Amino acid sequence: MLGGAVIGLAAAVLLATLGRIAGVSGIIGGLLPPPRYDTKFEVTWRAAFVLGLLMSGWIAYVATPGSPIGSSPASTTSLAVGGLLVGFGTRLGNGCTSGHGVCGVSRGSARSLVATTAFIVAGMTTVAVASIVGGES
Amino acid sequence: MSHAMRASGAVAAFASGVLFGVGLLVAGMTHPSKVLGFLDVFGAWDGSLLLVMTGAIAVSAPLTQWIRRRQAPYFQRTFAVPTSLGPWRSQLDARLIGGAVLFGTGWGLSGYCPGPALVSLPSAFDSGALNSAAVFTAAMLVGMLLFSLYDRLSPRKFGLPAQRYCDVAALRGTLADTDDTRSSIAR
Repeated sequence: MLGGAVIGLAAAVLLATLGRIAGVSGIIGGLLPPPRYDTKFEVTWRAAFVLGLLMSGWIAYVATPGSPIGSSPASTTSLAVGGLLVGFGTRLGNGCTSGHGVCGVSRGSARSLVATTAFIVAGMTTVAVASIVGGES
Repeated sequence: MSHAMRASGAVAAFASGVLFGVGLLVAGMTHPSKVLGFLDVFGAWDGSLLLVMTGAIAVSAPLTQWIRRRQAPYFQRTFAVPTSLGPWRSQLDARLIGGAVLFGTGWGLSGYCPGPALVSLPSAFDSGALNSAAVFTAAMLVGMLLFSLYDRLSPRKFGLPAQRYCDVAALRGTLADTDDTRSSIAR
């Protein structure tokens, strides 16, 4: 619950200072080619945000014993396919758990409510199917 | 935009990123097994991530309302949030839903979404074995690039053109802010 509150706070900070949505997929996506913005600042702030995420992860890794970072139990294939789907899907749907799930829902966006429901249902379905398939093999 | 505004904006973005990462870490989002436990609704369900999302919205929603009452954010001349250009029902296009379904599927396969993957990435450089966050992130970046390719090549058959990232108030009112407005409109 506290973690969630901090996430919400961080999103509010970005909105209050830069007026932007803290949607990680869009932030990362905006850093990739093709260039899509007219000013350099659009890239600068995104890079700064990503650096902040990386920094928090690095500090957690080196400074905290019993690291809060875990690795995924998924196979390498699932990670790779999953990554491709997440990369493609978040750009197609214009958001992820932070963009749609936190920021969009907080704004009362109907698009985000629908998207959030869709990706949660998709995630739950995938896990259910995977466990059925995994159980049989 | 002045150098001071740019600099303070970059610092603000960095601080927000750090805080966001801390939130993800405290919430346990950087434990993919925990995320998968939340998605394992027919199995051994771990509902704690529901608290994470509701906690985030509980804080973000009222703050968002309050912040949006301002004319502009602190270090920019306008807000740059998606604006609906039509009735909301028309905004629910195949791209949105298809994208969300694809994303959710990938999330369910790996237990990662973009934010936690990046936060987990620095720990990748130490492990001898191929690190799960690194594999995921590399694949995610490829997936994003593939989308850019797809976007370029496909005519926009589905739904409306992408939402414009600008504040409608900025368009109606202050034309002096055209620089920031134009820069915020993603192509």
